[in-house]
Amino acid sequence: MFQPGKFALVLAVLVGALTGAGAYTFHYGEGLSYFSTDPRACRNCHVMNDQYASWAHGPHHAVARCVDCHLPHAFVSKYLAKADNGYRHSKGFTFMDFHDPIMITPRNARTLQENCLRCHGELVHDIVRGSTTREDAVRCVHCHRGVGHGARP
Amino acid sequence: MSEGPAGSRRRVAVLAGIAVACALLVFLVIALLMSIFERKQEARNPYVRLVEVNEETTDPAPWSVNWAREYDDYRRTAEQTRTRFGGSEALPAEKAKADPWLTRMFAGYAFALDYRDRRGHAYMLQDQEQTKRVTERPQPGSCLQCHSSVMPTYRRLGGGDVFRGFEALGKLSYGEAHAEVVKTGSSNPVAGGPTQRFQHADGAHPVSCVDCHDPRSMELRVTRPGFIRGIQALAAGQAPTPHLESIERWRRGNRAAPYDPNEDASRQEMRSFVCGQCHVEYYCGPKVTLFYPWNNGLKVEQIEEYYDQYKFPDGHVFYDWTHAETGANVLKAQHPEFETWSQGIHARSGVACTDCHMPYKREGAMKVSDHWVRSPLLNVSRACQVCHPYSEEEIRGRADAIQARTRALMDRAAAALIDLLDASAAAKKAGATEPQLDAVRALQRKAQWRLDFVAAENSMGFHAPQETARVLAEAIDYARQGQLAARAPALVPVAAHK
Repeated sequence: MFQPGKFALVLAVLVGALTGAGAYTFHYGEGLSYFSTDPRACRNCHVMNDQYASWAHGPHHAVARCVDCHLPHAFVSKYLAKADNGYRHSKGFTFMDFHDPIMITPRNARTLQENCLRCHGELVHDIVRGSTTREDAVRCVHCHRGVGHGARP
Repeated sequence: MSEGPAGSRRRVAVLAGIAVACALLVFLVIALLMSIFERKQEARNPYVRLVEVNEETTDPAPWSVNWAREYDDYRRTAEQTRTRFGGSEALPAEKAKADPWLTRMFAGYAFALDYRDRRGHAYMLQDQEQTKRVTERPQPGSCLQCHSSVMPTYRRLGGGDVFRGFEALGKLSYGEAHAEVVKTGSSNPVAGGPTQRFQHADGAHPVSCVDCHDPRSMELRVTRPGFIRGIQALAAGQAPTPHLESIERWRRGNRAAPYDPNEDASRQEMRSFVCGQCHVEYYCGPKVTLFYPWNNGLKVEQIEEYYDQYKFPDGHVFYDWTHAETGANVLKAQHPEFETWSQGIHARSGVACTDCHMPYKREGAMKVSDHWVRSPLLNVSRACQVCHPYSEEEIRGRADAIQARTRALMDRAAAALIDLLDASAAAKKAGATEPQLDAVRALQRKAQWRLDFVAAENSMGFHAPQETARVLAEAIDYARQGQLAARAPALVPVAAHK
């Protein structure tokens, strides 16, 4: 009844259709931009418009982009964090089930703190010594809230 | 091929399984694609202008065709809400029943007849039409400046000149003025027809879209003549306004033209000014046209100073009514939210009324200002957490502490005022002279003005906690000074009070 050739053909058509639809959706959703370090990728879905706009006017925009503060810098952990956040953000934005206003997760807050220290660590060594990884640790942005984004005019 | 019918059936089953799985995946992928498409469209077109609206469209219903999201929220101001210190039940309970001192403070004034808790914007006109203060006492047409969508009526009565219409409507009685607003009605786009055609519809509306938004650009603008004159007087005065940078900037300029909030103010300032058009202290008539007493500044004693210096056209000093128990010429505070906010940390930090009372929310890719204007305590996540990243419980606890402390201090001020009234009556009975009683009356005026400035304000101290405590402390001090003066009229040096 079924020839192996026909079987393979139908399978190829089906998988091809899936791949095509998937590839187009990936393209239309600007999927490749998420592999870049371009801050504009972070406001593709417009949720981060305010953060982007205030970053552009803020003191750090000349020296740091979104990923410099919000992602780990080592290759593997960086892509793990991208996958983790990418999944959470797409799910949240598609089903509109995220907390409004958006708030940083504990894991991302730790990453952020590490990145503050990546540049400023030597300066603040005596203040933050040993306290950056604990849940209730003092974070730089607790006081310096407007340095990255979110400062009011 | 050597396979039998069983192998063939299995092959069919596998193929069918793959087909179903592929169909399901393609289905999900296309669904995601469409979702992304919709979000992109939302971001591109925040609204679609399906019908025309203009300056005469006071009825919000036609606007809802273009701005459905905002309108949906706006309509919810009819919902009943309650916080610990304020409510909006159907015809809310008499405030005076919970606080009997209010009736004594207002003795001889319309507020002694009927004084209820506030309700949402949706009821502003209806509640005014029904209050005994309007049905049983003559009131001026000025009341409609804030309780109705009145601008087209001003233009009609003033022959195009808003300020002339404002003066004219203020001279009418409430009933006559209300009839004029109903007659002006609304100019609504013809349903189903070409959107450029309009038809007249009778009826008065509470504050609506056109009162804060330019119908061409949706930009915020202020329209109320009372506010425009008031803010111009504030700008022309000496009082520092560190929270209103555009006024300070205008003062540094050449002052060729009067300060114009619609031209000079920043967008962020406009997000407070639109509310400040009505949530303020004012004199509503009938002796002169409605005005906002901001010439000397926005603080309680600066407003009092302006009233004390003010002379009516008939030469009489300014007062709202004569107290029925003591004969003192006293002041009524309205609802000085804008003035109180101006003294607080939020104003100083550039936070506008709308940041907390109409916070932004996300609907898809859109950022919409919540037009369900209400207490931030009912919307803590969006109203507060944008700046204060703590749990809702923690934030509510902080607000509650401020309000409970204010309430306790206010009760003490009320008790002090009642003691003053009692002492004043006793002094009169004991045969105190008029000059002696006048000294007590002057202190009653000061005490009562400060207590009412807090009691009538709709935040129970939250808009400016420290300032509110200062005002109440002064109220208590003046009330007790008055009580002492009444008890021992001959012993207290009258001139010493300031």
